[in-house]
Amino acid sequence: MRFDLSRPFDLAMAMSPDLFLFVGAMALLLWSAIGRDGAAHQRRIGVAAIAVAAATLLLVVAASTRGWSAGPGIVAVDGFRWAADLVFLVGAIIAIAMSLDYNAREAIFAAEAHVLILLATGGMMLMVASRDLMMLFLGIETMSIAVYILTGIDRRSPRAAEGALKYFLLGAFSTAFFLYGIALIYGATGATNFQVISERIVALKLEQTPMLLVGVALLLVGFGFKMAAAPFHMWAPDVYEGAPTPITAFMAASVKAAAFAAFLRVWLAALGGVYAQWHDAIWWLSAITMCVGNIVALQQRNLKRMIAYSSVGHTGFILVAVASGTTQSAAAFLFYLVAYTFAIMGAFAVIVALGSPGAPRERIDDYNGLWFVRPGMAIAMAVFMLAMLGFPVFGGMGFFAKWYVLQAALQASAPQTRLAVLLVLTTTISAGYYLYVVMAMFMKPRPEGADQLPPTNGLSRFIIAASAGIILIFGVFPDPVARWTRTGVDLVPLAPQVEPNFTQSAVAR
Amino acid sequence: MLLQTAAVASTGHSLQGSVAEWIWLVPVLPLIGFLINGWLSLRAVGHVGPADPSGEEHGHGHTDDAHHDAHDDGHQATRHPSASIVSVVGPTVLILAFLLAVAIFAALAAAQPDAPFVKQLFTWMVAGDFRVDAAFQVDQLSMVMVLVITGVGALIHVFSVGYMRDDPGYPRYFAYLNLFVFFMLVLVLGASYPVLFVGWEGVGLCSYLLIGFWFTDKVNADAGKKAFVVNRIGDFGFLIAMFLLFANLGTLDFSGVNAAAPALGAGSALVTVICLLLFLGCAGKSAQIPLYVWLPDAMAGPTPVSALIHAATMVTAGVYLVARSAALFSMAPAASLTVALVGGLTALFAATIGLKQWDIKKVLAYSTVSQLGYMFVGVGVGAYAAGIFHLVTHAFFKALLFLGSGSVIYAMHQAYHHTGSHEDAQDMRNMGGLKQFMPVTFVLMWIATLAIAGIPPFAGFFSKDEILGAVFARTHGSTLADAQWFGIPGSAVLYAVWVFGLAAALLTAIYMTRMMLYTFHGPNRSGEREREHLHEAPWIMTGPLVALGVLSAVGGWLNLPAFFPAGPIQALHHWLEPVSGDAALQVTHGAEAHMTATTEYTLVGIAVAIAVAGIAIAFARLKPAALVPKAEAPEAEGFERVLEHKYYVDEIYDRIVVRPIESGSRGILWRGLDAGIIDGLFVNGSAYLARGFGWLGARLQTGRTGTYAWVLVIGVIAVLSAFSLR
Repeated sequence: MRFDLSRPFDLAMAMSPDLFLFVGAMALLLWSAIGRDGAAHQRRIGVAAIAVAAATLLLVVAASTRGWSAGPGIVAVDGFRWAADLVFLVGAIIAIAMSLDYNAREAIFAAEAHVLILLATGGMMLMVASRDLMMLFLGIETMSIAVYILTGIDRRSPRAAEGALKYFLLGAFSTAFFLYGIALIYGATGATNFQVISERIVALKLEQTPMLLVGVALLLVGFGFKMAAAPFHMWAPDVYEGAPTPITAFMAASVKAAAFAAFLRVWLAALGGVYAQWHDAIWWLSAITMCVGNIVALQQRNLKRMIAYSSVGHTGFILVAVASGTTQSAAAFLFYLVAYTFAIMGAFAVIVALGSPGAPRERIDDYNGLWFVRPGMAIAMAVFMLAMLGFPVFGGMGFFAKWYVLQAALQASAPQTRLAVLLVLTTTISAGYYLYVVMAMFMKPRPEGADQLPPTNGLSRFIIAASAGIILIFGVFPDPVARWTRTGVDLVPLAPQVEPNFTQSAVAR
Repeated sequence: MLLQTAAVASTGHSLQGSVAEWIWLVPVLPLIGFLINGWLSLRAVGHVGPADPSGEEHGHGHTDDAHHDAHDDGHQATRHPSASIVSVVGPTVLILAFLLAVAIFAALAAAQPDAPFVKQLFTWMVAGDFRVDAAFQVDQLSMVMVLVITGVGALIHVFSVGYMRDDPGYPRYFAYLNLFVFFMLVLVLGASYPVLFVGWEGVGLCSYLLIGFWFTDKVNADAGKKAFVVNRIGDFGFLIAMFLLFANLGTLDFSGVNAAAPALGAGSALVTVICLLLFLGCAGKSAQIPLYVWLPDAMAGPTPVSALIHAATMVTAGVYLVARSAALFSMAPAASLTVALVGGLTALFAATIGLKQWDIKKVLAYSTVSQLGYMFVGVGVGAYAAGIFHLVTHAFFKALLFLGSGSVIYAMHQAYHHTGSHEDAQDMRNMGGLKQFMPVTFVLMWIATLAIAGIPPFAGFFSKDEILGAVFARTHGSTLADAQWFGIPGSAVLYAVWVFGLAAALLTAIYMTRMMLYTFHGPNRSGEREREHLHEAPWIMTGPLVALGVLSAVGGWLNLPAFFPAGPIQALHHWLEPVSGDAALQVTHGAEAHMTATTEYTLVGIAVAIAVAGIAIAFARLKPAALVPKAEAPEAEGFERVLEHKYYVDEIYDRIVVRPIESGSRGILWRGLDAGIIDGLFVNGSAYLARGFGWLGARLQTGRTGTYAWVLVIGVIAVLSAFSLR
């Protein structure tokens, strides 16, 4: 079915999963305001929020099998959108499920916390659906404001307050750049629609226009902040450390994934025509991000901070896929997001599961000898670490994620050989901190007098086991996911101008 | 594209929709057995390993086993709590797999397709142009192998119930054994080299685990390690051969390779190298010169393991691989001649060592190496059906010999156990005269001995004769005879191989008769008190022996020669024609290898005369009455001593390969390269460097929002300049 987006009904159909999620979130918000704050109310709202997210997930799955498409307009109806939506929703469900226990344990009785996760997810879905800069901005702000609040949802924690304020201030700062970038692009092209922008760039020969290029650069800064690409990553460690752990997981996985997905669409659909112009900037951004994230992570002794820096490193890896700028790299990018989401979520789920009130157990030393007391947890954590490292077999999907990105980088019409080499080198460096965690868990003795670890409840165990299982199973049989990501990106409207420019840039490089 | 043609060919296959669709269940059944038994083994954590580190309770077939009076009743005490479930699960999965295999075999026999039926299970991996499906191939060759593996395997599993039941590691034993069968079936059913390789490595793993089954004894663990390491050398060759095949043909599945093989060019250097590398893999797995040394040591495992893995199935994988790659080998005469020559030399060499071994299992081990040599002679000269024929009959009679020896060792062990003696239960000098105590085993072992010695009408006669006849027939008018092998005419090489084969046949008859004489004939040397306790093994052990005895006696009917018209002529030969018939014809220039009736009768006459002569020599020269028990035996002298020490090959390998590698690894690779350069300079050096940068980065992370904003602005300036400076 092909929607005519100028008709309200068609537009509503095209947005039906998003609308459903928002309506559900609003209803839950009202409900959460009626009840008395408390553990039971918090849990009720959380379960309902999971139900809303799961129903949206089913809607997205149903929508993706319908073969819908759309004419010109502000939203995209394609496989890429549905695929990205699935990643966000799975992330949201896991994050809410983790929050249920975490919030009860830490006495965070604000029931709206779960609703805010839904609202942020709705913002993400808008971001990946948008084919218009204004709509994109709307989505980003919806997501960001929800996440600012989530960071500081633990009102009694000074660290959380500090993180939330920093995140908000710096976020506002970068939003200014983002908006200014949009304004300049509009000034240069007279349009905010991706399709129109890309057509005008060619038709009006705008490739060298300073106004457009400055606009693109500022837009890149805005995205760089959301993706935590170096040097716009400085907020990430503090915010990740301060936020409640389930929210950190949500930020590290879903928020990032949303920024990436929107970024990929803008860059390939709207700005494909100026590939040669933005390629260098992205190249450097990617290279610096890989180095900074992975090298600074070596210094960290707090697991949450370490994963924060490692996620900066992953931003660099994913940017390699963007720099390659082909359909194949877009598929690799989606695969990476899936693998990365499960690995990050799983790792944080282990951190949540092992913490207890007053003893968050976020230092790597707290994991010494985990194998001897909690062999299952140690194995799962090892799988997540190895997946992030990209280790074959035991790292499951993580290996293929890196492999597909490398393959895409080397098989692009302008091969990104140097980036590929850098990716491998920085991955080797990252082994220094990922394997350190594995080593601590399996080879160091459990310290004398270490406190008893809390029992893990069924839900956490299920999340951890399912994440590890998915990573391992699709690590042995990556084909179904790889095929799914390929069908997802076939529908990304790559700007027709992309291809010729590759040869030009190959000469330039 | 070749994959697609293969896929298209299989879509309209006559076996589609038949019971052959269920082929995946044949390997899955033992896998289920592995999971159940493995779970049972892990559940009782105390029973994961040998319960008693001093090694008292376990080894029936275990050299230097210690026996304590205090543990007279120890068997009952250490029996695993889940033993009864394991006894049912372990053999049952094999029997079910065998029944299913028979049904599929029947369907295949009814359809008689020319092309293999490929059952695609799922796409295993895709990387660029490289694509491997997890697919099983049902064809005449793979089904013969499946029947042997599941059939003989089921018998050996049943035997194991009696032999191993009292071992504390009983579930673990059956878990490994089931897993082995799973991998072995993957090996023979795989429709491509990579899938075959999965099975190939899997059986290697199980072999390692089972050789070192009683791993608390370092000798056993070392034997397992040796098998593993020696096999790695061969696997290296196999892997390179696969890479070469893929690089040149772009495909690795059998139908694709067979279809594309002519592109390599008959007799070209490339195809020769590929075949030689493949054969290196075979030499490792099937214990041929120079990589045979692991197999005799592998006898450290339980005796049924020796029968199943190290005689009937796994070690024949190399023969299967050559037959499977017949299309390649038939194009590489030089490589085929190498295979035949190495096979012939191994057959002779191992047979001479077998002459002077005292350990009953060592005799059989060298005999296995020797018989594997025969099989390689068969497939080497392009008589692929003959090689497979010998593989099948050998599986029957060698499994029987091993299980029979297991039954003997079991009896000896029980006897020693009762009296608390510390004698060696496997040394033939401690046996003698067992025929009066174990009449069933005695008769069956003689059937197997006559079979392996080549006395008509037992199974071994027909298969061995077919191989020797094939060698002789190809000395003229074949691509092999016309080819040059390092400047030597191919026909000369073939004559040499034939002579080696005949000499080995003579020695085989001698050492097998020697083994029988010393074990079952003459006076008993096991000791007064022990004699009372010697008796036949229970029926759960002798039952499989009887079945194997029948097969050893009549197995030759599978492929009767034309001069022996007592049934279907050349049945196996015709059966395998769709698989290796073309390749075999290519070796003989398109015509069936043919000999005149006179030549054929002469050859058969020579073969029988040699076998009879061997047995007669053994009876005339060897006097069991003159033997003394092991403890009182004098040292051998002269050449006998060389033979007893297996030509000192292990010592030579140790001196020229193992020790230089060890000292080189220790001195240069470990201390110099690893600890010095890699650890010192690269690992620690780069770690310090990275830490240094990390420290800088961490210092920059002041926690002040103002600093962060500044860095952000610097980033903005950098990005803007990246855009404007180009």
